[in-house]
Amino acid sequence: MGHIRLTGVKKCFGDVMVIPPLDLEIEDGEFVVFVGPSGCGKSTLLRLIAGLEDVTEGVVEIDGIEATSLPPAKRRLAMVFQSYALYPHMSVRKNIAFPMKMARIPQDEQERRITDAARVLNLTDYLDRRPGQLSGGQRQRVAIGRAIVREPSAFLFDEPLSNLDAALRVGMRLEISELHKRLATTMVYVTHDQVEAMTMADQIVVLHAGRIEQVGSPLELYREPSNLFVAGFIGSPKMNLIAGPVAAKYNAHTIGIRPEHIDVSANSGLWSGTIGVSEHLGSDTFFRVNIHGLDEPLTVRTDGEIGLRYGDTIHLTPNPDHLHRFDAQAARLA
Amino acid sequence: MARSVTTARKTANTIVAGALGLLMFFPVLWIIILSFKTEGDAIKAPLEILFNTGWTTESYGTVQARSNYFKHFSNSLIISLGSTFLGILIAVPAAWAMAFVPAKRTKDVLMWMLSTKMLPPVGVLVPIYLIFRDLGLLDTRTGLVFVLMMINLPIIVWMLYTYFREIPGEILEAARMDGASLREEVIYVLLPMAIPGMASTVLLNIILAWNEAFWTLNLTAAKAAPLTAFIASYSSPEGLFYAKLSAASVMAIAPILIMGWFSQKQLVRGLTFGAVK
Amino acid sequence: MISPAVVLLLGWMLVPLSLTIYFSFLRYNLITPGANPFVGWENYYWFLTDPSFKAAMANTFMLVGGVLLITVAGGILFALLLDQPMWGQGIVRIMAIAPFFVMPTVSGLVWKNMFMNPVNGIFGHIAYGLGVQPIDFFSQIPLLSIILIVSWQWLPFATLILLTALQSLDQEQLEAAEMDGAGSMSRFIYIMLPHLARAITVVILIQTIFLLSIFAEILVTTNGGPGVSTTNLTYLIYVSSLLQFDVGIGSAGGVIAIILANIVAFFLMRMIGKNLDA
Repeated sequence: MGHIRLTGVKKCFGDVMVIPPLDLEIEDGEFVVFVGPSGCGKSTLLRLIAGLEDVTEGVVEIDGIEATSLPPAKRRLAMVFQSYALYPHMSVRKNIAFPMKMARIPQDEQERRITDAARVLNLTDYLDRRPGQLSGGQRQRVAIGRAIVREPSAFLFDEPLSNLDAALRVGMRLEISELHKRLATTMVYVTHDQVEAMTMADQIVVLHAGRIEQVGSPLELYREPSNLFVAGFIGSPKMNLIAGPVAAKYNAHTIGIRPEHIDVSANSGLWSGTIGVSEHLGSDTFFRVNIHGLDEPLTVRTDGEIGLRYGDTIHLTPNPDHLHRFDAQAARLA
Repeated sequence: MARSVTTARKTANTIVAGALGLLMFFPVLWIIILSFKTEGDAIKAPLEILFNTGWTTESYGTVQARSNYFKHFSNSLIISLGSTFLGILIAVPAAWAMAFVPAKRTKDVLMWMLSTKMLPPVGVLVPIYLIFRDLGLLDTRTGLVFVLMMINLPIIVWMLYTYFREIPGEILEAARMDGASLREEVIYVLLPMAIPGMASTVLLNIILAWNEAFWTLNLTAAKAAPLTAFIASYSSPEGLFYAKLSAASVMAIAPILIMGWFSQKQLVRGLTFGAVK
Repeated sequence: MISPAVVLLLGWMLVPLSLTIYFSFLRYNLITPGANPFVGWENYYWFLTDPSFKAAMANTFMLVGGVLLITVAGGILFALLLDQPMWGQGIVRIMAIAPFFVMPTVSGLVWKNMFMNPVNGIFGHIAYGLGVQPIDFFSQIPLLSIILIVSWQWLPFATLILLTALQSLDQEQLEAAEMDGAGSMSRFIYIMLPHLARAITVVILIQTIFLLSIFAEILVTTNGGPGVSTTNLTYLIYVSSLLQFDVGIGSAGGVIAIILANIVAFFLMRMIGKNLDA
């Protein structure tokens, strides 16, 4: 089980409303990612679910039971913190055992679960070390181990990978995804990194200034961003957004076109311009193109071996099937 | 990245710094040497003392026999330990509340507490002396325990506060998520993490109380005099007394020197009130 | 939970403080019992016009200033030296810091007898060996002698704090300065010294608070003499109140000492307050 429902949940710190009333439903077994720029309220939302912050207004239900005023310990949730929050004075074994000790689980059962968790997380050789003697990735795994032995109804992750270096982050991302496949337990995961969100999530919740901008699967958000914010936030490199007379031709206030949805030609096209900076990744090449009559350069993707260089003239044509149109209120036009 | 330096440079550094260090340490070293000499030898020329005299422990015996040294030693022990532990007892709840349930005024209260430490003792010497006289606290260990507890209380509160504040909030939240009740959170997580800081605080305050030499000199006579006051009695000596003074001094500073070496870091933290990090 | 500590400290501060102020306006001598009439500013008048007061102020100023000069300059040098790569740095540091843990009465007496005694002290023996007249420290240069003793005690404190500050200096800043063509002297003046400025200020303020109250070292070496040449403000108040039993005049002196210390404390508290926010 692991069904979480928020109804009219609102959070104020003093006079400042960080989360205006919102509704959200997380289905059992889903991997849900809260994503947004820093300060968007995603961590606060997670902490409201955890019970580490009190809800100002509204109702939190976990597995159909109202949990709004339950203390964190009673919510049957496990959390992995950004700093890992391992107990520095306890060995890895004791760290992992701590929640079971609190739950008064029998000793032999504790042992069994610790052994299992250590095997799954490759921690067997480190059980008697202190957290201070472990690397960042190992600490991360201990924190996850401490969470899984409780067999919670849902896992909460608060930016768990942001303290790891880039290579390790990719590895841990896969490990967490695999863990989710194996346990099939609900996971709520907070990150500011849209790549993490796209690669891991079943459902992404895009937050901005405390508001939910859009909820959907990664591909839904990619194909049909419901507003300008989501359009600009999801996708890498970012979608090109063009306002003004060019957009007006499409009966929109702003149009958006992803770099991968622009056809490039040396001879003819809808727009023409000169190539500025280019980034060669081998498989792809990205050009920044200064278009005549546009203030901002456009980013376009072409294949890796194209023979164009800095200063060359280039012609671009947006793929009409993938053109996004937005009105003056930044909402998507059908 | 630290860069490697040439061995010659490192050797030169070692020699210069070693010489200066030795120079600073020399007076302590010298009384250790003199304390193992006879009175007659102790006033000879330094080179002669070093190379041309025998060693003896008789001064240590004489100090105890003539003046009941261990009474003063135990006075020092009782006064410094007593004032420190009493101070800890009062300071822990205060520092705890300031660190974990800070209110709007917390910072002001803390600042005010520190400011009391800056009151010159001589400014309140007369009233304290008279109050102690009227309450019969002059020349008692109880009186000194109280006074030293009061003058060190701001430092104790301050140090405990900084140590408690270093315990990351996420760890306490993790314990809460792991199902710990408030009581379990305190016993299993908070206390074990707070104990090293409390130990450092105790250490530094024992040192400060042991060496305090304004109130101990002014509020004691014979009975409750700790070592600071006892040593001061050597300022009007008769006859030869260098070896005895050395022996008494070595015994008075040895325990604190050893503790002091362990508490260098806490010294900076405790005596600068966090103004230097 | 804060209240026991607050109440105790409040009592500890307010009761004696108000008594000091109250006594300072009374004619009150312990040897002449009887009524203690209110005399207004008379005690202050006597205390401030007493020639010893002027001397004590000058001595206090010299003592504090002299010790600060020696310990800050020496502390910077020591800290720079200890920050260099060397073998046995731990041992050197331990030796250099040891004097701070020596109780004031011990260091006063040890320096007075084993070092500065013109006949049996080491300095006397050295002078004798060189064939020059030994200095009689406490008759010829009494105040300077006390300054030297106190400096020996406080040099470790300055060193330790400045070393701590120095070690928090980002090495890359120094390397950047080196790449920018700064020699070791320029690096010291433009990078290290500004970085140390704050720590130096703290050392000066905290030491001043403690140095204004120097007492035991004077008591066991010179008793304030010869004459009043080593009497500082603290010692003068001690003499008035506990040796001459003049509570009124002693209290007036106490009030003056408090005002003096508060001027320093004001600046110190501002620095502490700023750091507490960060």
